[in-house]
Amino acid sequence: MVAIIKYNAGNIASVKNAVERLGHRCVITDNEVEIRRADKVIFPGVGEASSAMEYLKERKLDAVIKSLGQPVLGICLGLQLLCRYSEEGDTDCLGVFDTAVKKFPLTDIVPHIGWDNLKQTESMLFDGFGKDDTVYFVHSYYAESCAQTIAECDYILPFSAAMRNRNFYATQFHPEKSANVGERILENFLKIR
Amino acid sequence: MLKKRIIPCLDIKDGRTVKGVNFVGLRDAGDAVELAKRYVQEGADELVFLDITATVEKRKNLTGLVEKIAREINIPFTVGGGINSVEDAQAIIKAGADKVSINTAAVDHPEIVSEIAAEFGSQCVVLAIDTKLEDGEWKVYIHGGRTPTPLHAVDWALEGERRGAGEILLTSMNNDGTKNGFALDVTAAVSAAVNIPVVASGGAGTMQHFADVFQQTRASAALAASIFHFGEIPIPRLKQFLKQQNIEVRI
Repeated sequence: MVAIIKYNAGNIASVKNAVERLGHRCVITDNEVEIRRADKVIFPGVGEASSAMEYLKERKLDAVIKSLGQPVLGICLGLQLLCRYSEEGDTDCLGVFDTAVKKFPLTDIVPHIGWDNLKQTESMLFDGFGKDDTVYFVHSYYAESCAQTIAECDYILPFSAAMRNRNFYATQFHPEKSANVGERILENFLKIR
Repeated sequence: MLKKRIIPCLDIKDGRTVKGVNFVGLRDAGDAVELAKRYVQEGADELVFLDITATVEKRKNLTGLVEKIAREINIPFTVGGGINSVEDAQAIIKAGADKVSINTAAVDHPEIVSEIAAEFGSQCVVLAIDTKLEDGEWKVYIHGGRTPTPLHAVDWALEGERRGAGEILLTSMNNDGTKNGFALDVTAAVSAAVNIPVVASGGAGTMQHFADVFQQTRASAALAASIFHFGEIPIPRLKQFLKQQNIEVRI
């Protein structure tokens, strides 16, 4: 069973649809017991950092997420909330990844919307990922590259497209919206034991 | 390197695609989901569904269709047409659309742009601008191009950006349906003025037209309908062509 953490973020349904297309059972929930019991947890999100953190704290989900032992995948805002701090709303985040989230400088079009390449994709999350493959991004804030970065993207500047620390994985791009390439990445995550 | 996006647009009426679609190998060419899946296979980067259903009663079918599309396709899609309130937008986004496009309602009540952006994020809000050249000025039209407004395209795009739109979908009414190419001047002017992505729309007739709009303007994406529906320009061939012109596309 895959648990998708329910909070005040948009379009969680597409993550559920993608997991179900891969043949896995899946539940959208903010119930601690259900989250802890799941084989895999996905922490998705599209939205604003400070209101999302506030929502998680009110329901004590911040402590629950940090303490999870099974494979966890943060997506987009999920990745940013797993970092130490976000400039968006001057927000202290969960601190699973030791890096800060900053707003893109406006030297090119922001948000970064569309399909882009990745570099340094050694993690098993990217098994089968070709060097010309692209994934779909949509974001105005980025996580700075750090020791936990497992894939980089270069738009305006190089940033963390994916990170890993222990059982925590995260992608800034949307695997659930990245066609077959994204499906493979999700499938790789769902295979992790 | 960020890729230029190619976006087929599907007109939806009462839950089915219209404008005549001529795809070989589709069981039902009028089925929006079937056509959407075909475009995904061909390498479309995103899809836009424009609901042109006339009556409010029949529009209720739309959220059901959006749910079905969201279950079946694995690339981003936008839904537009007749979204008049934050509640309308909410229903579409909750049904699984990645973005909503707002046109007339944004002119009537510009705060709708900021309200949707505040609730779901700027990336969810596409400001659709229909524009027509009149006495040397690109004026904004609403109600599906029937009603003129005093707004100028560049100013309105800037206001949309300021209010939190994440993208501009710019359609030139002078070019739409002509197959004579995109309106390069207004697309260049709008895309130079704003710092959010601009999707060029209206007038695509040849592969060179797509190359022109990407080489001569700052447009991030180009949208077309009939040339894709009738198979005049298959998306894989278009992308190969653009790649040969050194335009970054996803293949």
